[in-house]
Amino acid sequence: MSPLMSIFKRDWQLAMRQKSEFIQPLVFFMLVITLFPIGVGPGLEILQKIGPGVIWVAAILSALLGMEKLFRDDFNDGFLEQIQLSGVPLALAMSIKVFCHWLLFILPLILVSPLLALFLNLTPAMYWALLATLLLGTPILSFVGAIAVALTVGLQRGGILLSLILIPVFIPLLIFATSVVDSAIFGLNYWPQLAIIGAMLCGAIAITPFAMSYAIRVSHH
Amino acid sequence: MFTWLHPYAKTERAYALCQSLFPYFLSAAILGLVIGLVWGLAFAPPDYQQGDSFRIIYIHVPSAILAMGTYVAMATAGFVGLVWQWKTAYMSMIAIAPVGALMTFISLFTGAAWGKPMWGTWWIWDARLTSQLILLFLYFGVMALYAAFSDKQQAGKAAAIIALVGVINIPIIHYSVEWWNTLHQGSTITKIGRPSIVPEMKWPLLVSIAGFIGLIGTLVLLQLKNVILMREAHRPWVKKLLLTTPTKGGK
Repeated sequence: MSPLMSIFKRDWQLAMRQKSEFIQPLVFFMLVITLFPIGVGPGLEILQKIGPGVIWVAAILSALLGMEKLFRDDFNDGFLEQIQLSGVPLALAMSIKVFCHWLLFILPLILVSPLLALFLNLTPAMYWALLATLLLGTPILSFVGAIAVALTVGLQRGGILLSLILIPVFIPLLIFATSVVDSAIFGLNYWPQLAIIGAMLCGAIAITPFAMSYAIRVSHH
Repeated sequence: MFTWLHPYAKTERAYALCQSLFPYFLSAAILGLVIGLVWGLAFAPPDYQQGDSFRIIYIHVPSAILAMGTYVAMATAGFVGLVWQWKTAYMSMIAIAPVGALMTFISLFTGAAWGKPMWGTWWIWDARLTSQLILLFLYFGVMALYAAFSDKQQAGKAAAIIALVGVINIPIIHYSVEWWNTLHQGSTITKIGRPSIVPEMKWPLLVSIAGFIGLIGTLVLLQLKNVILMREAHRPWVKKLLLTTPTKGGK
């Protein structure tokens, strides 16, 4: 088995042994969304209007919540140092870890999103657009976020700091994602915005692994 | 090519450079701000539509223009630090950060004060206001990350990486927000061909921008000198410096 495959398998097995950990962000996601109808009132029209934005904001917040532990255990038990010594490219190994994390922590959020679309009274056209933005956009959250996670992994309390650093960086993604759904409401063509999100994803996958691996080296310093 | 720069990687030389550059920036700041602001606030002709309230432009525009430039300067310092591993580059980066945040805050504050009489509201979610607000948060992020580490060399590297992530993001934020919502007027100085600002209003604005550049330089140098002294407090040259120059009441 290739080393990258075995890293993936290891991460998967470790996560499966602590199922409660990746259920937490999922429940958090659903709770945040439940707060909105209660907070702004149950009017179906308002909910439809704010729905896509609410789902995206909740997704960003739960991604931040789940991300904190992305590298922590491997950093503390020396696994990442072993990878650096092993000759496997650190950038690739970390990308695999990020991908595995996305599958385990973010994909469940996308899987429950049909239910939330019902909660927030989204039309099918809006939902399909939203689903496309979530599928293309949430990996950007994971890959860009991993840089900041790698930087703060050595700190005792990185949680709030992580959000402070990352939320401003995620704003363009939120703008494009909600603009896709807004276009979908009126039946307009939303491929251009979707293409920009896709371009951001390609850029993030190409560049961020190097920043992540450098950041981990800084943390090991 | 850059060998002439290498001595400044030493904190002592960098401190001396700050010391010798300081009077130039200070005089540029005083001259530019006094001339630009007095000219602009008292003598420039009032706007035909906005009357006298347009005069806040002489504070608002310089700070707004320079806030973003200062961020790029900060990220450049961070980049230099990462590439050449200079301690002084990280020190300059973290000396620039609060000054840039201050400029961003000034531009937001004066913008709000200008928006109240003109647009009838303190704050609107307009493209430029929003991107300026995000810029302020980016500055806070860099400063917060730097403050979180106790090893300041490591802190410098970490903050530099985040500053670079931010600098890649600035154009994306700028254009995405612009696309999202625009109410703010376009730039009046740099329009190619015929600028839509008359010379009597433009010249005080340019002088005041020069004054703000001087002010930023002055504040950064002061801050950098403090950072160097605090980080190098255990070095003999700092002890010597502090013992031989007794405090003379603010001098």
